Amino acid sequence: MSLDRNLSLTGEAPRKLNHQQKLSTAVGILGLIILLLASFNVQLQPRWMFLTLALSAIAGGIIWFAKASYSGIPKGIKNDGAFLKPMTSRGVVAYATGIGLTGFYIILYFFPELIGLNENGANTGLIALFDPLSQFLANRPASQWFVYGTLYTIAILFFGIKFMWKYRHNRYQRLRTFSVSFFQLGFAFIIPELMARLNSKDFSLPYYDLKNIWPLNYYNFQQYRVDSMIEAGDVGLGLLIFGVVSIFIITPILTFKYGKRWYCSWVCGCGGLAETAGDPYRHLSDKSTRAWKIERWLVHGVVVFVTLMTTAVIYSYLGTDTSKYWLTKSSFLLGVAGILSLIFAWVMIFKRERIQKDAKYAAIGFFVLIIGLMGLHFISSTDQLFLLSAGDLQKSYGFLIGSIFSGVVGTGFYPILGNRVWCRFGCPMAAILGFQQKLFSRFRISTNGGQCISCGNCSTYCEMGIDVRAYAQKGQNIVRSSCVGCGICSAVCPRGVLKLENDKVKGRINPKDVLLGNDVNLMEYVNSKIKNF
Amino acid sequence: MKNIVIIGNGISGITAARHIRKFSDHHIQVISAESEYFFSRTALMYVYMGHMNWKHLLPYENDFWRKNDINLVHDRVKTVKPEVKKVLLDKGEPIAYDDLIIATGSKPNKFGWPGQELKGVRGLYSKQDLEALEYYVPNKKVCKRAVIVGGGLIGIELAEMLRSRDIPVTMLVRESNFWNNVLPDEEAKMLNEHIREHHIDLRLERNLDSIIDDGNGKVKAIKVKETSEVIGCDYVGLTPGVSPNVSFLKDSDIEINKGVVVNRYLETNIDHVYAIGDCAEQKKPIGNRPPIEAVWYTGRMMGEVVAQTICGNKTAYNPGNWFNSAKFLDIEYQTYGWVFNQPQNGDDDFYWKHPDENICIHIHYERSSRKFKGINTFGFRLRHEVMDKWLNEERSVDFVIDHIDEANFDPEFYEDPTKAIKKAFYKKHSNKAAV
Ligand SMILES: Cc1cc2nc3c(=O)[nH]c(=O)nc-3n(C[C@H](O)[C@H](O)[C@H](O)COP(=O)(O)OP(=O)(O)OC[C@H]3O[C@@H](n4cnc5c(N)ncnc54)[C@H](O)[C@@H]3O)c2cc1C
Ligand code: SF4
Ligand code: SF4
Repeated sequence: MSLDRNLSLTGEAPRKLNHQQKLSTAVGILGLIILLLASFNVQLQPRWMFLTLALSAIAGGIIWFAKASYSGIPKGIKNDGAFLKPMTSRGVVAYATGIGLTGFYIILYFFPELIGLNENGANTGLIALFDPLSQFLANRPASQWFVYGTLYTIAILFFGIKFMWKYRHNRYQRLRTFSVSFFQLGFAFIIPELMARLNSKDFSLPYYDLKNIWPLNYYNFQQYRVDSMIEAGDVGLGLLIFGVVSIFIITPILTFKYGKRWYCSWVCGCGGLAETAGDPYRHLSDKSTRAWKIERWLVHGVVVFVTLMTTAVIYSYLGTDTSKYWLTKSSFLLGVAGILSLIFAWVMIFKRERIQKDAKYAAIGFFVLIIGLMGLHFISSTDQLFLLSAGDLQKSYGFLIGSIFSGVVGTGFYPILGNRVWCRFGCPMAAILGFQQKLFSRFRISTNGGQCISCGNCSTYCEMGIDVRAYAQKGQNIVRSSCVGCGICSAVCPRGVLKLENDKVKGRINPKDVLLGNDVNLMEYVNSKIKNF
Repeated sequence: MKNIVIIGNGISGITAARHIRKFSDHHIQVISAESEYFFSRTALMYVYMGHMNWKHLLPYENDFWRKNDINLVHDRVKTVKPEVKKVLLDKGEPIAYDDLIIATGSKPNKFGWPGQELKGVRGLYSKQDLEALEYYVPNKKVCKRAVIVGGGLIGIELAEMLRSRDIPVTMLVRESNFWNNVLPDEEAKMLNEHIREHHIDLRLERNLDSIIDDGNGKVKAIKVKETSEVIGCDYVGLTPGVSPNVSFLKDSDIEINKGVVVNRYLETNIDHVYAIGDCAEQKKPIGNRPPIEAVWYTGRMMGEVVAQTICGNKTAYNPGNWFNSAKFLDIEYQTYGWVFNQPQNGDDDFYWKHPDENICIHIHYERSSRKFKGINTFGFRLRHEVMDKWLNEERSVDFVIDHIDEANFDPEFYEDPTKAIKKAFYKKHSNKAAV
């Protein structure tokens, strides 16, 4: 036997799928087949009955699968065979699923008429199948987004139940899964639909998922939305103000107190889907330093993009006359530049040591933004920015980031690239929250003295590709901007080394070299040396 | 600049290399036969169980070594010639050293059982053992039953591995309860139950008599000493402990007892030759510690210490308070200070267990002075720093219980056992006072 034979190639899946797991998968697939038939315009009447049947089969299949997998065996970590089963280790079925999902997203975003969307008449096909539910909730026919929203919510709810079953020994996991399910069902799904019900000729609110915060809802400050919110009187104005307050006040406060996990792992729908339906793929994230490099360029690039784009969009519809409205094109631009400069100066003066090597990136990002804003100002007469109008800019952002990245790649590639590709490489919200988390937050993952055995479970199961072990084996706390606080590293650690906690800011980052357990004097000696190293 | 040669790329050898690099620009060569790159031996089990791939076991990316100018030599050391300051290799040219660090770890114990060299009979220590396991025990069709001899930390890991592929497992354990030579009865009995809950056929107070050949040099069955029962099996895992891997040194002048004998500076009897980690044996044991400490942490600490000495800051190995941790299937275990399977002379104990869950703590303390000596916890994580501080400060058991919540390291929102622990302790304590 050769020494360097790759063991995983020969490894056999422990316990192949048992009978119940197979049957339950079949039930779930049956539900999907009904949806597929509907897509091909097979007439399924009455619709409400087939819709109920399809959705119940999917939901029931998932729950049954969870029961078949986790009930009747002792509670604990359930990762047996993650790298041996084809579905969770990039086998053929995983690729097939990835392709299927990707195809679904492409149709959804770019060819909704293929699944029956008809904006000028009665829907057909898959979308028509969902009409009864949409009529019931919002009193209007379904759209491709309604179909998507319903399936999305079902996925979070029922894969959420599966996840809670899997981690039934872990209250942190159960609670946060309950929380994301709640926010998805209430805030993303039911409330907006009910809000649509209130709309009439002279009162209309745009779709508003209250938990979606700029820059995640990058479209929030588009003219038609802002107009319709302002026109909708107090409620609409309230929403608009809430939108602004949540960016500038609520978000920083919560992130300071709890880290960005309050959003990414407890509230956000993208995170919600990643943690529930995407959980079986979390170990596929790339842990290399190369991936880390790509991550930092990409995700901060998106922040710069979205900031410029939003500024350009708002700028495009503001006037120039102060007597008509207090906010004009130039005062707005100055305001944005001012806020950005303040943040940049504050970071460079007070938090320099926190960002170290990243300072370079921050500076680059800042200057690109300022130059962009200046460009906006000088060519303001044409409303163009780098040859693109604000509208085009938003369209290309929506296409590249909103659709391709967050949907097609982010979710479609779960079985190939892991479950948080979007959150890690693309989400501007995560980048901004991460920036706050790194610079001013009480959150950290504490490392338990010298107990780490460098086994690597934490790094392997970190969906954000953070090499947790690299910190833990040095006795160092983990303070990383990308950490979404999912708590899985702490859960899978077999030695109880990691604890997510909010504590005093002082001592959050603890450079250590010699670990607890050794002669105290030696620890002091070496650590003092290291500082001057 | 000195020429430093390290034999063994385990945690102790690698820690020494990393720290020497930190403090000097000495030329460093690490020789190892087992694998090209340093890997986490503690995580071997997870590869077989499919939790990880081999690459996840490597704590450093492969170019780390080149970047830090640590030269890796993938070869076996035949012997050491201290008189000419050279190590001789199986394949490569002899390598000269100025300072030599022996960090060759352990090998699984075999107690001379008949049949112990048959095919399908292995310990679980090395990468090659893991590969053999994959070969002999890929699934339950090829291996209808496995027998594990010896119930310690590695034995239970092996059992967990095999069970993850649904392989029927019989475990022969010498003690009357699992790991009872280390754990008090209460904990050991709890583990008995948990092991059986995982459908492992645990046989207590049973020893191996012999291993039976199938006629082709492969194992067919084993025979139990006490009952003469013959148990058919396709694989035998020998896990009755480990001993230092030092036989390649027996013709050198380096002093060997069970391990390489060292003083507190980790120096052997020969100048410029040091030994660290599992293979080192303290001439005089330190405190309650055994002379050979075969755990990850002590290997790491010795590596840190010997690096100091080699870089000119002569430092004694002076470990702080004892600590350790493990996981028995689903139950995590931590220990700080000393808890023995029986309270030592003059000591008392306090035990608390959750009424329904596998959560318990066990404290030993001095009866008269009430000095806190150590704590075992199961299913309950404690904060190392806090426990270490209390042990250093020689706190009383009463103080420890009063403040136990400050040491709670369980994840957020977990049910907090500290209230129940306090209540139970105060109750026991007040009863005592009344007597
Ligand atoms: C399955 C398993 C689980 C464990 N779990 C834990 C745990 O949870 N916690 C804990 O504290 N400890 C644990 N241990 C023990 C721990 O792994 C060891 O204490 C530690 O690895 C010892 O490190 P070392 O550097 O001294 O030696 P090793 O890791 O054994 O490294 C020595 C290296 O030297 C090589 N070598 C030996 N002789 C020669 C030669 N002549 N020429 C070239 N190379 C040679 C060996 O092949 C080996 O690669 C576990 C051990 C095993 C086997
Ligand atoms: S470091 Fe831990 S808590 Fe943070 S994202 Fe990774 S696994 Fe989750
Ligand atoms: S899982 Fe725990 S013991 Fe393993 S490397 Fe991570 S922190 Fe260390």
